Amino acid sequence: MAAEGNTSIQGYINHHLSDMTIGEGFMAVNVGALSVAIILGFVFVLSFMVVGRKATTGVPGKFQCFVEMIIEFIATSVKETFHVKNKLIAPIALTIFMWIFLMNLMKLVPVDWLPTVFGAVGLLINPEAIKYNVEGYSLLEKIMAHPWSYMTIAPTTDINITMGLALGVFFLIVGYSIAFKGVGGFLKELSFTPFNHWALVPFNLVLELVTLISKPVSLGLRLFGNLYAGEVIFILIALVGLYQLPLHFAWAVFHILVIVLQAFLFMMLTIVYLSMAAEDH
Amino acid sequence: MDINFTLIGQSIAFAFFVWFTMKFVWPPLNNAIEERQKKIADGLAASEQANQDLEVARAKADEELKAAKLQAAELIDQAKKRAAKLVEDETQRGHAEREKIIASGYAEVEAERARVREELRKQVAFLAIAGAEKIIEREVDAQKQSDIVEKLVAEL
Repeated sequence: MAAEGNTSIQGYINHHLSDMTIGEGFMAVNVGALSVAIILGFVFVLSFMVVGRKATTGVPGKFQCFVEMIIEFIATSVKETFHVKNKLIAPIALTIFMWIFLMNLMKLVPVDWLPTVFGAVGLLINPEAIKYNVEGYSLLEKIMAHPWSYMTIAPTTDINITMGLALGVFFLIVGYSIAFKGVGGFLKELSFTPFNHWALVPFNLVLELVTLISKPVSLGLRLFGNLYAGEVIFILIALVGLYQLPLHFAWAVFHILVIVLQAFLFMMLTIVYLSMAAEDH
Repeated sequence: MDINFTLIGQSIAFAFFVWFTMKFVWPPLNNAIEERQKKIADGLAASEQANQDLEVARAKADEELKAAKLQAAELIDQAKKRAAKLVEDETQRGHAEREKIIASGYAEVEAERARVREELRKQVAFLAIAGAEKIIEREVDAQKQSDIVEKLVAEL
């Protein structure tokens, strides 16, 4: 946490790249990222569930059309890639796509808006939370010094969030492998590919385990890297004064592409990995 | 930013949302879509069927119409033939009747003539007898007889 000088350039950047945390060490929780992620998850499942409840087979409403477009898109993607019949794969793909899309979407909110709001609310409700002397600070500086202003609203710029998703995908890969090939089949595949000889089992094992681990790691890091870099650019743009307005607009427009693309990539790769896990190759 | 418990929290949230989606979100939406697809497919099939039915009905109607026309033509033909035959028959019958009437007329006339001739012959005989009587009355006078005979002959 940048103690002093939250309005200096370095302090400003640090301020935006850290999150409001509760707890210490590994047991700490990034409140901003996780709460926004969970809220967005609920926004997704509840809105889709409401549409599903009221879904008519007759002429659909506009929002139902939109939801059905997404569903169709996911169903097509899944059908093209995942050839084994499985009723879990499509919901996984839908959840990943919509959730990541919504989390990425939060990046289009200008970087200073919500931290300022949260900091102001924190200053009103709990002014004692500021951990250092703010004598002589301006109001804005006081707001930005409040720990609540560290609240991050773009969850996918937090590596914990993206790696948390990747961890889920990792367990799914292992689960699918075991469900479709059995424990024996899974172990056999790890030990006897690519070289089908008993003497090369340790070598195969190392190779295959690296392959297995690299899948979720690359998934999580790709999403994180793209969005973190984008966030840094947003913060830098926010530092250039009045010229930030056209720059921010241009970068935001470009990011509309990035956020959809990254959500789609994460979903598509998850389907591919799971289909690889489910099928013999 | 360090790796911390957020990672675990996010994994748990992920598992929850996947479960929730599988349980409450995906099935109704997917069912609605599939049901509508089925409805549309049914509708299309029905319209296709209706089109085919229409085609069949049209063909059948055409056939029926053709058959009716054919039958009508046949009927008219028959009627014409019959009319012609009727006229022919009647004409023939008329002819025959005429022949018969003419024949019977001739026969009647012939019979009348025969009767008259018979009567005449009788009268001639009678006259001859009456002449003979008159001749006998005057006793035989050749000259006088001869004028009677001439008279007779003239009377014949």
